[in-house]
Amino acid sequence: MNDQLLSIILTIITASTPLLLASIGELVVERSGVLNLGVEGMMAVGAVCGFGAALTTGSPLIGILAAIAAGVLLSLLFGFLTLTMISNQVATGLALTLLGLGLAGLIGESFVGQPGVKLQNLDIPVLSAIPFIGPILFGQDLLVYVSLAIVAGVSYVLFRTKTGLIIRAVGDSHQSAHALGYSVIGVRYLAVMFGGGCAGLAGGYLSLAYTPQWVENMTSGRGWIALALVVFASWLPWRLAIGAYLFGTITILGFSLQAIGIGIPSQLLSSLPYIVTILALVVISGNRALTRANTPACLGQPFVPDR
Amino acid sequence: MEYLLEALNVTKIFGTLKANDNVTLKVKPGEIHAFLGENGAGKSTLVKMIYGALQPTSGEFRWMGSPVTIANPAAARKLGIGMVFQHFSLFDALSVAENIALAMPGDFDMAKLSEKISRVSKDYGLPLEPTAIVADLSVGERQRIEIVRCLLQEPKLLIMDEPTAVLTPQEADQLFLTLGRLAREGCAVIYISHRLEEVKRLCHNATILRHGKVVANVDPTKETASSLAKLMVGGEIHVVRAARKDKGGAVRLKLEGLNLHADGPFAVELKNISLDVRAGEVVAIAGVAGNGQSEFFDAVSGERSLPRDAMLLIDGKPMGYHGVNARRNAGAAFVPEERLGHGAVPGFRLSENVILTRHSSDEALVKSGMMQKNGASGVSERVIKAFDVRKGKPDPEARALSGGNLQKFVVGRELDRKPGVLVVNQPTWGVDAGASATIRQAIIDLARQGSAVLVISQDLDEIFEVADRIAVISRGQLSEAYPSSELSAEKIGLLMAGEHETREMAHAARA
Repeated sequence: MNDQLLSIILTIITASTPLLLASIGELVVERSGVLNLGVEGMMAVGAVCGFGAALTTGSPLIGILAAIAAGVLLSLLFGFLTLTMISNQVATGLALTLLGLGLAGLIGESFVGQPGVKLQNLDIPVLSAIPFIGPILFGQDLLVYVSLAIVAGVSYVLFRTKTGLIIRAVGDSHQSAHALGYSVIGVRYLAVMFGGGCAGLAGGYLSLAYTPQWVENMTSGRGWIALALVVFASWLPWRLAIGAYLFGTITILGFSLQAIGIGIPSQLLSSLPYIVTILALVVISGNRALTRANTPACLGQPFVPDR
Repeated sequence: MEYLLEALNVTKIFGTLKANDNVTLKVKPGEIHAFLGENGAGKSTLVKMIYGALQPTSGEFRWMGSPVTIANPAAARKLGIGMVFQHFSLFDALSVAENIALAMPGDFDMAKLSEKISRVSKDYGLPLEPTAIVADLSVGERQRIEIVRCLLQEPKLLIMDEPTAVLTPQEADQLFLTLGRLAREGCAVIYISHRLEEVKRLCHNATILRHGKVVANVDPTKETASSLAKLMVGGEIHVVRAARKDKGGAVRLKLEGLNLHADGPFAVELKNISLDVRAGEVVAIAGVAGNGQSEFFDAVSGERSLPRDAMLLIDGKPMGYHGVNARRNAGAAFVPEERLGHGAVPGFRLSENVILTRHSSDEALVKSGMMQKNGASGVSERVIKAFDVRKGKPDPEARALSGGNLQKFVVGRELDRKPGVLVVNQPTWGVDAGASATIRQAIIDLARQGSAVLVISQDLDEIFEVADRIAVISRGQLSEAYPSSELSAEKIGLLMAGEHETREMAHAARA
């Protein structure tokens, strides 16, 4: 029983990590006032590039870097279209998802069925040998720790540093930020790139750690869940981490319950994250203090400097 | 060094428009220098160049005697130039201290900054709470943030773009004390305002701009308000004539205990508003921006329907549940505040914009679902003629008109219907003196012909010019409507600050 519980917890952690990675990036993007709906596409491209690079070089670390780079590249395309060319963010984001998924399928055609390179768990000596908590706290792969470190970093930067203040300011009123002499477009480009990097990394996690192989559509809607998570967390990093683990738990519990034979339709379980998000949205929008403090007022609005 | 700032022969061209034509402005240290002109005269363009937000096409700036290029606002702040914008550059979701930190160079130490904000703001009589969130503050308090933000950088020159437009008279008095003190300490102030009495009272020097050119440099204390106005306009201003009406027309628009919840995080809740507007009279609603005027307009016009049908009656008919078109068909007409995008569709021709508000009430405009273009052009031409709307081509798109001309058109479009009830929000916002006079006269004339007119405005001069009775809106509550002869600017100021919340106070203000 203990072993079963342990394995469920370990799966929950690995299932939650890609959600957390993708959504923490999108959180920063949205805090700067940009809505990038292309997370799913950037994840897919990250996954296939990470897989390919690791396969060719044999190094999962290079795979990780390639995944990040692919995500950043795709997000730069999004940035160019929406920030420089002022195209509609929603339409461009949707197009980016379609493009990313298609591109990933094309690139990954020859990788289908090939055994991948797995990112090994760290297994910190002595500590990871502690029964039960050892494997949970000290036996994870590198990216699990990295994802939590990113959350801590984002939380610190957003609320304790001037850089974060500028990001929040640009998301709250780009006109005011521009009037004070900040480069709205510049800040948003950097945020979008950070978001792209995180989404690419999340994709890489799927193809290098979660299930080390390449299958088309292996992101299976996680990018959309990541988007929902950001709103669910009302744009707060630590609430986002809790949400990611909650959503991860819901997903895995669904599988486990099915395995035990408790019949909950899988469709219902897979729609749970979205139902929870809609409920959260209803609660949030009813709460003045919450929406006002955290919803970036300029979210999704194009910025055209008047000169 | 005689002059702190000199703008020498500055020209700024936007496309084919010369916004500034060979403008020269010289400001001495410790001087409050008024910068006057009608809308579109080029005042904002020049100060934006001084603040580095725009670059001149030709000409030069000198700072303390030596030539400078002010590349961006950060460079301007470095020189010691601070600016308080007409539209604040604040962040609603951030705290006072965070808002100020964004404009401060150097170290990021919120604790030290908060302490400094408290000290300086108290010192200048502009108290601020550093941890307060901007969205919770009044417009006057928001302006204080802007001013304190400038003061913390110890500016040598402070630019103020229409600072009192959003203040109650009492808040304005406090501002004048602060500016006077700054000037005595050697800080120069460039002061843009339309309120000439205020300029006479406060400023040492005045530069007047017309059509982008400097037309005069005068000592405002030696001028009268009308001589200053004449310099701005370049001619006499038509005086609005309000033939006083006889009382006792029928109530045509009635609001009865109107309540409406706020529909957004920054919106205002309307609380128990009651008001009668009778045939033949103009009732004005005064108030500082953001006290519920737009919510009130939406409620009266039917853009938001009301919780009870009987909260709003047009000619005795309950219309609270009905939308804009039903209310129009009942004989009402509405002119919203934003003319571009709300009052008119920018990309539609004027004749098409006529159809948009009058399709349901005017049978000549739509027949069996088909637009009647001739009918629409007829109306549009009539309005253009009656209100002297100036335009480039016969039937231009709405966006091609200048703000003042489009305003004349959207007001004229509704007046042309001779509505029984007219509700106008900010009828002359951003419109120059000549056009304002035309619009105000038309509003009064409509009322005298038996319509009930409700004007929402933040301009007290306008209100006193047109209104028979005045009510004041403050935090979503409306005061009693007093005959305008019984109210002074001071008393309205007290009501704006929200003192009507107790009945006794209202009566004290009336006495």
